[in-house]
Amino acid sequence: MLELRKDIFADERDDNLKEIGKGTQRQDMLGHVTGTSTYFGDHKLQGMLHLKVVRSTQAHARLRRIDTTDAERSVGVRRIIRGADVPRNLNTLLSLINFGKDDEPSLAVDKVRYKGEPIVAIVADSEREAFEATAKVRIDYEPLPTLFDVEEALKPGAPVVNETYPKNAFIYHDVYDHQRLRFGDADAALATADHVLEQRYQMSPIEHAPTETNGAIAAPDTNGRYVVYTSTQALFFSVDTCAKILDVPSNTFHFIGGTVGGGFGGKVDTLTEPLAILGAMLTGRPVRYVFGREEEMQYGPPRGAERIYIKDGVMRDGRIVARKIRAYFDSGAYTRLSSYAAVKCAAHLPGPYTIPNVYGDVYCVFTNRTPATAMRGFGVTAMDFAIECQMDKLAHLVGMDPMEFRILNAYRDGDMKAHRREAKNTALIECVQVAAEKAKWPIREEFRRASSRKDGGGSRAVIPPTPADSRARPAAPAQQRTTYDRLPPTITREPPREPPPPASPPSPRPTAPSHGAARFSSVFGTRRR
Amino acid sequence: MAVTVKTFASSNEAAAALSSDRAARYLGGGTLVMRALNEGDVSISTVVRTNDQTLTRIDASGPRITLGAGVTFARVLAERDLAFLHAPARSIGGPAVRNMGTVGGNLFAPNPYGDFTVALLALDATVAVQGGFGARDIPIEEFLQSRERQAGTLVLSVSCARPASAEAFRYRKIARIKPKGGSVITLAAHLPISGGRIAGARIALGSMAPTQIRARAAERALEGRILDAATIAAAASAASEGTSPSDNALGSAWYRREIVGVHLRRLLSGQE
Amino acid sequence: MSKTPLQFRHNGREVAIFVDGGTNLLVALRELIGDMTPKFGCGQGGCGTCSVLVDGELYLSCLTLAETVAGRSVETLDSLKQGPNLHPLQRAFADNFAAQCGYCTPGMLMAAKALLDRNPQPSRAEIVEAISGNICRCTGYEPIINAILAASGGRASA
Repeated sequence: MLELRKDIFADERDDNLKEIGKGTQRQDMLGHVTGTSTYFGDHKLQGMLHLKVVRSTQAHARLRRIDTTDAERSVGVRRIIRGADVPRNLNTLLSLINFGKDDEPSLAVDKVRYKGEPIVAIVADSEREAFEATAKVRIDYEPLPTLFDVEEALKPGAPVVNETYPKNAFIYHDVYDHQRLRFGDADAALATADHVLEQRYQMSPIEHAPTETNGAIAAPDTNGRYVVYTSTQALFFSVDTCAKILDVPSNTFHFIGGTVGGGFGGKVDTLTEPLAILGAMLTGRPVRYVFGREEEMQYGPPRGAERIYIKDGVMRDGRIVARKIRAYFDSGAYTRLSSYAAVKCAAHLPGPYTIPNVYGDVYCVFTNRTPATAMRGFGVTAMDFAIECQMDKLAHLVGMDPMEFRILNAYRDGDMKAHRREAKNTALIECVQVAAEKAKWPIREEFRRASSRKDGGGSRAVIPPTPADSRARPAAPAQQRTTYDRLPPTITREPPREPPPPASPPSPRPTAPSHGAARFSSVFGTRRR
Repeated sequence: MAVTVKTFASSNEAAAALSSDRAARYLGGGTLVMRALNEGDVSISTVVRTNDQTLTRIDASGPRITLGAGVTFARVLAERDLAFLHAPARSIGGPAVRNMGTVGGNLFAPNPYGDFTVALLALDATVAVQGGFGARDIPIEEFLQSRERQAGTLVLSVSCARPASAEAFRYRKIARIKPKGGSVITLAAHLPISGGRIAGARIALGSMAPTQIRARAAERALEGRILDAATIAAAASAASEGTSPSDNALGSAWYRREIVGVHLRRLLSGQE
Repeated sequence: MSKTPLQFRHNGREVAIFVDGGTNLLVALRELIGDMTPKFGCGQGGCGTCSVLVDGELYLSCLTLAETVAGRSVETLDSLKQGPNLHPLQRAFADNFAAQCGYCTPGMLMAAKALLDRNPQPSRAEIVEAISGNICRCTGYEPIINAILAASGGRASA
């Protein structure tokens, strides 16, 4: 059961917690155990029609011809919907906050950019009749070269996945093709570090696989409005997205959601509502559009894949003096939310550690994969995986206990973070101490005594001089193998050892005058006063 | 075209209806046909079924056992005389799938399913089928090789000889999820011993080819030998010969080839 | 489209409906009878959220041709509660936090009921096996196992 460690930072709060640390019944529990919680699919409407989608069989192709003649004559078909029927057939989710360009059609018109992309929607009396009609749609594809690798996608001359972004990278503020973080002089610190460790990390896409698949039911309501039952995790976001795509005021819709059969981030893309509503508009009848399991698994958006290169410089005493990161977030064929994921990824560098020299480049890259979306800490999770693997390897490299190694390098209150914000309310040291205690992992007295509130700030609060980027940066890094890489010894490549260090000089921490950057008041920052 | 369900009193009538209609499928437990309909398989427009009680009969009293095609895995598990088939029956689905899925349907289950059939292939079972031309018995290996063409025939029952001893028949399913999950690979071995030596070894593999197949090279490595470490090593190294696995979400073809020998070695040496 | 008449017992009550050819029991229950407690999760037999009892045996309603339950007894989660009183399994699920999004809960409860009806004092391993065909993606398996243990009078581990 939950154990609340009130002893830690006890002097920073009144011991008057009424809810935290105590079990509280969910307010929807009675509905769940009696099966009366209402999900979107539990609405049964008179005269409901069923919508199915014809999906691309190609990962990248030009659409030469879309022939729906036979499908239109198929029994039970009420309406065939094509791209031209969608009022605004180009959208990007974050356009609602003026972020990014419209890059994704509801129904593909000239080109398909990933396998499973919707091309034609069919509304019919029954699901079976809709399936029969979809089988009769003929599509003439002209296959185009495909891209499935983020680094290949950024090479000059690579095929263009999404014409809105001709260089296959999301463009921030109309100028920048990646997110950049510079703090101190990482290259100089790497050159003088006792050890340098460079590694490549690759994380695959992950499907949320909610038990309830994505779906929506839209029905004409009184006064020209539409009622929409939806599985969405982001109801107001979905309302506005539909209003934009269907080019009507958002008060045209009455969205009803709330009880979601598992989402985990996979139900924020508003994939089913626009076509369900359009079907209801075009037929005057209630229309249901629900993903089958195959559609959910294969074409529902996953957590995006990430490729991450980390190059660290560490001293023999265990201090990390430089961290250099290059990361690629695989957005798939369209932006959805990946542009934001890359921002979060960059914002997370270099992890919860005080490192005086940090250098980061994070790209949001377009490929012919299924568009990625939100999933539990997206943008951060893979980076954390990479950083913490790297921390274990570094500890091994300098012969330190991995828990003690983390405590040594952990940020502390008053330290300057790479984003030029002062670290406040830090608690990594205490987390590691408790983790060690719970795991009965012995750590030495000095590390048991360490505190997030001690020994921070001072020289650690200084923003180091940061050289401007020169254009010529080293290209693709070489791999360094460690004992953690389970490769046969014949393939192991040992990099040339760094020369032995001079007698342990302190890493350069110039005493520049205190910065003028605004202090960041974190939303999590109310715990400490 | 909507789906038409035709229910017949006898298996003869059902077989006739099945063989005369290319868009007809026989409905056993529903785990294959209903799934196909749910997923929008419009190639099926007729569902044929029968209430014929002979299809759900179990004859497990003698040295040769016969299972009606409509016998579910739950019923196999409830039959004490079928203990040698309990491991393969238990390895299929969760309880609901075992209550529904049938021995006959399993013969048609594509990768990564069809585990019970792997056991039957190792046991050299005979499949009794009824087509438009009448009833006949087909060796299971031949049945599987022509499975694509068997959709129009009705499987009536499966029969096989009881293994000589509990030791002589072994089964192992490799899955990503325990206690349930699709097969990465499935292995079954029948190793009759005569005069201390293996005589008539049969090893069957699931998920190592489009249908369940025999590992003939491994069988040859065992035949006429004592089941010792050297023999087991020889069989294990020959395990992937003649296989043609494919990639799926549970494992790559490469991975399957790499591990099939490892698991065959464990199966033959009685390791967990 | 021709329809087939179908009669069976639904939660102890005789029902008579007309079904289209090929209709599965899940659709019949939800759309023709209006019992929304069994849910659609996959249509493939992979998730168990549509689980119901047919003559006391656990079945996947999405893979059951509706016509095959003619004259039989079908029980869904809707049958568990007796008036205002929760079934001991429902009470145990609530008390042990064995539901999060709630979508797998109807199937989990029916799988648990199928087990306890046959084996009132199951071991932990038997419970794991009994719900092995039911997927919970909020990954609440431990509380679910504890709830079933509690409902059977066994001790839920902390």
